[in-house]
Amino acid sequence: MSDEADQDAPTTDGGEDLQAYTIRLELVDEPGELLNALQPIADRGGNLLSIFHERGNLTPRGHIPVEVDIESPPDRFEDIVGALRDAGINVIQAGAERYSEELTVILVGHLIDTDLSDSLQRFQRCSQASVVDVSLSAPEGTEEVSSARVRLATEADRADQVLGTIREIAADKDIRVIEPQLPAEGSR
Amino acid sequence: MKLAILGSGAVGSSVAELAGEYGHEVVALADSSGAVVDDDGIDVAAALDRKSAEGAVGSGDPDDALGADYDALVEATPTTLGDAQPGFGHVETALERDRHVVLANKGPVAERYGDVMELADASAGEVLFEATVGGAIPVLSTISDFGAGQITAARGVLNGTANFILSRMAAEGLDYEHVLAEAQDLGVAEADPTFDVDGTDAALKCVILSNVLSQGEREYSLEDADVEGIEEIPGTALDLAAEDNRTVRLIGEATPDGVTVGPKLVPQNGALSVTGTRNIVQFETEHAGQLNVSGRGAGGPETASAVLADVGRLPPLE
Repeated sequence: MSDEADQDAPTTDGGEDLQAYTIRLELVDEPGELLNALQPIADRGGNLLSIFHERGNLTPRGHIPVEVDIESPPDRFEDIVGALRDAGINVIQAGAERYSEELTVILVGHLIDTDLSDSLQRFQRCSQASVVDVSLSAPEGTEEVSSARVRLATEADRADQVLGTIREIAADKDIRVIEPQLPAEGSR
Repeated sequence: MKLAILGSGAVGSSVAELAGEYGHEVVALADSSGAVVDDDGIDVAAALDRKSAEGAVGSGDPDDALGADYDALVEATPTTLGDAQPGFGHVETALERDRHVVLANKGPVAERYGDVMELADASAGEVLFEATVGGAIPVLSTISDFGAGQITAARGVLNGTANFILSRMAAEGLDYEHVLAEAQDLGVAEADPTFDVDGTDAALKCVILSNVLSQGEREYSLEDADVEGIEEIPGTALDLAAEDNRTVRLIGEATPDGVTVGPKLVPQNGALSVTGTRNIVQFETEHAGQLNVSGRGAGGPETASAVLADVGRLPPLE
C-alpha cells in the first residue's frame, strides 16, 4: 500500500460520520470469488457489517447473488463501488437501498416441515428486506405447530410492502404471520 | 327521563338498577319472554327478582314495553348479525314514534348504519350508542367532542375476553385451551365465546367506529372487515414475543382504508398492551398526535354507565 493510500484510508472506528450501505453483487461460482469481492471494500476503509451469500439462488445470468452491508463515510462509498467495478465485479445495486427500519414478525405454523430456511430466503428475495435474526421455538418437535420470531431490516417506509410480501409467501405455506402494529398511514 | 328497557341481561338489568341514581324513571322492562310496564314507574327490584326466580321480568307481552309511554328506548337485547333483527325493528318503532333510542346492542349500527341514520333523520328522536364500543370508555363521545374530521384513524383492544386470554397466556405460559377454560370458570368468557375469540365482536365495534368516523361518506358493515381471531395462537408465540419485550394483542383498526382485526405484536409496556379485561382505544388525530382512552370494556354496570351517560345527553322531547 502506498503512503498516499495510507493517508486516505479513513479509520472507520474513529467515530467519523459513518453511514450504512447495501451493495448487491453477483459473483461467478468459482473459488475465491467472494474474497475477491470483499477485498476492495476492506482496502478502502469500508467496514463490513454482514454478508448474505445466496448460494442456491441464481441471478438471471446464472451467477450467485450476494448482498453486502457495509458502513463507510459517505464520501468514500463511491470509491468503494468504483473499485469493485474496476475489479470486474458486477455491482447490481449500490446504496440505493439503505436499511433503516427494523421489523419483527412472529410466524406460527408447521414451520420446519414447510422449510423455514426456504421461507426466509423467499422473504429476502421478494421483499428486499434482510433477515437479521431468527429465533425458533418448537417444543413439541418438528411435526407440531411451532413459532419463530423473525427480525428484518427494511428500507425506510417500506414496512407495509414488506409485510404484504411476507403475508403472501406465508399464506402459500399455510403459515400465520403475527405482524407488528404499525402506525397508520400518514400519521408517522 | 322515562325509560323503556328492552333486554334484561347483564346490561339491561344494570341500566334498570342504576337509572334511579341518574335521575331517570323506568316505565317498562322486557326480556325475551315477558315484560312489566307501568307509566308511573315499575318496581325494578321486584321485576329482577321475578326474573331470577321465574325466568321472566313480568307476565306482560314483551311487545307491550315497546308501546309504553317512554322518552327513550334502551335497546339492550343480544347483538344479531345480518338484518340485525329484532333490535333494528325496535329502533324503527321507537324512532317512528318520535322517541329517542339508546343502543347497547351493536347489530343495528354495525350492520345497518345507513338505515338507522335515515330513520333518525326523519324522527324527532335521536339515536345514541356509546355503550356499543368499549363498554364504560367514552369512545364515541370523545370522537364527537374532538370532531370526527379531526381523527384520521382509531385502533385498539376492544374485546376483554380475548385480551384476558392473551394476557394470561403470556403471564402463565399456558396454552389457549387452558386459559379459555379458566376464563369460562371465572365468568370472563361466555359458554360460547366464539364471537369474542374469532374477532367478530371487536370487528363490529371497529365497524361502528368507521361508520362514525366516515361521517356518512361511506357505510361499513361486518362484511367489509378483514377479521382474524386468536384461537390458533400457541404459547410459544407469546414466549418469543416476550423475549423481545413485546406481546400479542387482538388489535382492531378503523382507518380510511377499512376495518381490520387481528393479533398484532405490540411493545410489552406500550399503551396498547393493556392487561386482563381492560380495553383501550387509540385515536390518531390531525393536529394533536395520539389520544388514548382506556378503561373497562365490558360488564353490566360498566356498560350501563355508558348507556345512562347517553340518556343524559339526550335533549328533552317536545
